[in-house]
Amino acid sequence: MISFWVAVLSVSILLYVLLDGFDLGIGIIFGFMPTEARRASLLQAIEPLWDGNETWLVVTGVVLWGAFPIVYATLLSAFYLPLLAMLGGLILRGVAFEFRDKAERLRWIWDAGFALGSLVAAFVQGVAVGALVEGLPMSDGQYVGGDFGWASPFALLCGVGLCVGYALLGAAWLAYKCEGELKDTAYRLIRFLAPGLLFFLVVVFAFALNKNFAVMERWLTRPILFLFPMVGVSAGALLGASVKQRWDAGPFITVAIIFVSAFGTLALSFWPYMIPFSITIDQAAAPRESLSFMFWGAGLFVFPLMLVYVVFNYRVFRGKNRPSADHY
Amino acid sequence: MELSALLLSRLQFAFTVSFHIIFPSFTIGLAVWLTALEAVYQGTGRPVFRRVFEFWLKIFGVAFGLGVVSGIVLAFQFGTNWSVLSRMSGPIQGPLLTYETFTAFALEASFFGVLVFGRRRVPPWLYLFSTAMVALGTTFSAFWIMVNNSWMQVPVGYSLENGAFVPKDWAAIIFSPVVWVRFPHMLLASFITGAFCVAATGAWYFLRKEFEAEARVMLRMGLFLAALFVPAQLLFGHLTGDYVHKYQPAKFAAIEGRWETEQPAGEVVIAWPNSKKEANDFEIKIPFLGSLIASMSFDSKEVGLKDFPVHERPPVVIPFFSFRIMVGCGLAMLALAWLGPYLIWKGRLEQSRWLLWLIFLSFPLPFIATLTGWFTAEVGRQPWTVYGVLRTADAATPFLTTRAVAISLVLYFVLYSFIFLFGVFYIYRLLQAGPAGALVTASHDATPSRPMSVAKTPLVNGQAQEARGD
Repeated sequence: MISFWVAVLSVSILLYVLLDGFDLGIGIIFGFMPTEARRASLLQAIEPLWDGNETWLVVTGVVLWGAFPIVYATLLSAFYLPLLAMLGGLILRGVAFEFRDKAERLRWIWDAGFALGSLVAAFVQGVAVGALVEGLPMSDGQYVGGDFGWASPFALLCGVGLCVGYALLGAAWLAYKCEGELKDTAYRLIRFLAPGLLFFLVVVFAFALNKNFAVMERWLTRPILFLFPMVGVSAGALLGASVKQRWDAGPFITVAIIFVSAFGTLALSFWPYMIPFSITIDQAAAPRESLSFMFWGAGLFVFPLMLVYVVFNYRVFRGKNRPSADHY
Repeated sequence: MELSALLLSRLQFAFTVSFHIIFPSFTIGLAVWLTALEAVYQGTGRPVFRRVFEFWLKIFGVAFGLGVVSGIVLAFQFGTNWSVLSRMSGPIQGPLLTYETFTAFALEASFFGVLVFGRRRVPPWLYLFSTAMVALGTTFSAFWIMVNNSWMQVPVGYSLENGAFVPKDWAAIIFSPVVWVRFPHMLLASFITGAFCVAATGAWYFLRKEFEAEARVMLRMGLFLAALFVPAQLLFGHLTGDYVHKYQPAKFAAIEGRWETEQPAGEVVIAWPNSKKEANDFEIKIPFLGSLIASMSFDSKEVGLKDFPVHERPPVVIPFFSFRIMVGCGLAMLALAWLGPYLIWKGRLEQSRWLLWLIFLSFPLPFIATLTGWFTAEVGRQPWTVYGVLRTADAATPFLTTRAVAISLVLYFVLYSFIFLFGVFYIYRLLQAGPAGALVTASHDATPSRPMSVAKTPLVNGQAQEARGD
């Protein structure tokens, strides 16, 4: 039962990172786009999908609470201020979507809100991952770091890194989704962002080695851990090839594989801890009565239905965005 | 009172949850009403019902979207500000909210897509079915939330093990008698909210002499439904009072403004409860009525607040007044909901401008009643978060600083006010544009997961196409 909910949680987190990742990334790119025409086509590439993507954050939240209440309580309260910034950012970019069309003179406010909100949300998620890798200040299963216990150069570095990563994912989505000038721009961005991400990964790794984080020891004792980075590296090579060949779906698939392998690397190096190295999965799991109550309805029936719904939604909106002439 | 992290957390939760409840309490009722409307349209085939349906579907979309946006924060706030509560009650509240999210996602999101896109793509029965499923989805959401909150009001079916509430009997939790009084109470509140907003809009159009055919449908359906729902609500309100009387005597005494135990007990109609003096100032009291209301007898003994130690008493002023405001709104709505249909029956409503004005101005009443009802329930539960087991002071995140909560409270306040102003302005523009000729509404990029986009095309009437730049 515990493994089932670990699986549901992993799927939810992965879906969130991949799906909201690309539309947050497009939000970041949006901030650097000079013309209204380009901005409008950027939004068009994610308009029907972003809200559904964000739902996976809420799903992750409630599954975490229901299945692993201690982790929910500990992490959310430890990341109080960054979470506030993230939720604020998400709300701001969500309403910007709806309201920028109705504004004429004040459109720049919504545009700024959209770009900034996306950037902040991405940054906070990176910071959270970084802080977990480095290890939160914990004592006796309780967070003891105060308002800024999560903040460290390493965590902030990871925040910037994830912004670059999401932007890359966003650019890859644009290459898949758009035609013409915007597609060229997307490829240019990928050529620039992919090495950027690589650079960040190297720096982050060197930093971690240098600081001798507790996580690093596990790398020496668990050689199987190198499997995921290997997959990631081959995906990186494929990414280069697909950019050269202009295989439009290639970048997104390969960048997605890089993200999955990064997730796998982290998950495996934390295992069996959920909050490294203080609370294990078994310690965090809700009592059997709670897990099986969730399993026999939400888990067994509704969750698969939600996955089907995501697939269906993406099938409906698959393929290139049609040029705007026959849009109406 | 000192401005502590605890107090600010309470204010923040009260603010965000009050803000949020405005939208669901409106959309749940509206969804059910839309289902009825669609059924009537398919039964009679009269296009006026279709126009009214399409019109309210747009407003539903905006309100639903605002509810979703404001609800995201709540899913996280339990963990951020109330970490002890979420750690202890996670095994019970977590699964309940998981069900809430999952069923809402599955039913509302997928079938809402059919409502937006599907009119011409699916057979009529399937369209009607989808409308009903959206209504069912919002109702399920409300159900899980009410189970969750009722468990905090009257915790059942659990045992306390290693500092956590472990569920022992889910049937007892879900089928708790308290749930089955409070859930209908909330549901009826939503129905009444929907009915009054619809009727008020109809009255408004009549007063402006616009869209009279549609206005007639709105006014009649809204008032007739209200005429049925409001009395039912008074009954369930009374039953809710019974559960409070039985399980939460301190809250009951606070609502009644009763300090001393009395036999037989009087009913305080109005007063200013004074916690320092432990008595009421300016009291107007009717003898015997207190016993009659509480226990259906003339000589029952009713407990007063002084029977409880000071640290187990709820604040008195807020439950006392919010309860009276709620009941006042309810009685005002009852008067309108019966007078309106009476005049319709007499064929005089449309000439009675004074009543049309009153109906138009009555649209805030159901919202005020819902909010004050929740204030009564939640403030009256204090000093407990989980009644009788976990005190609010012990439920908050222990290491939270006043500074951090002050920042978050200010930020949420600014952000929510901002969204609220735009949302209300937006709905106002939709109402002003009216239902005429809005037969084909789905804008090209409206999607199930973006409910607010339903309203895009009609609002901007074509200028938008130029403005969009594509």
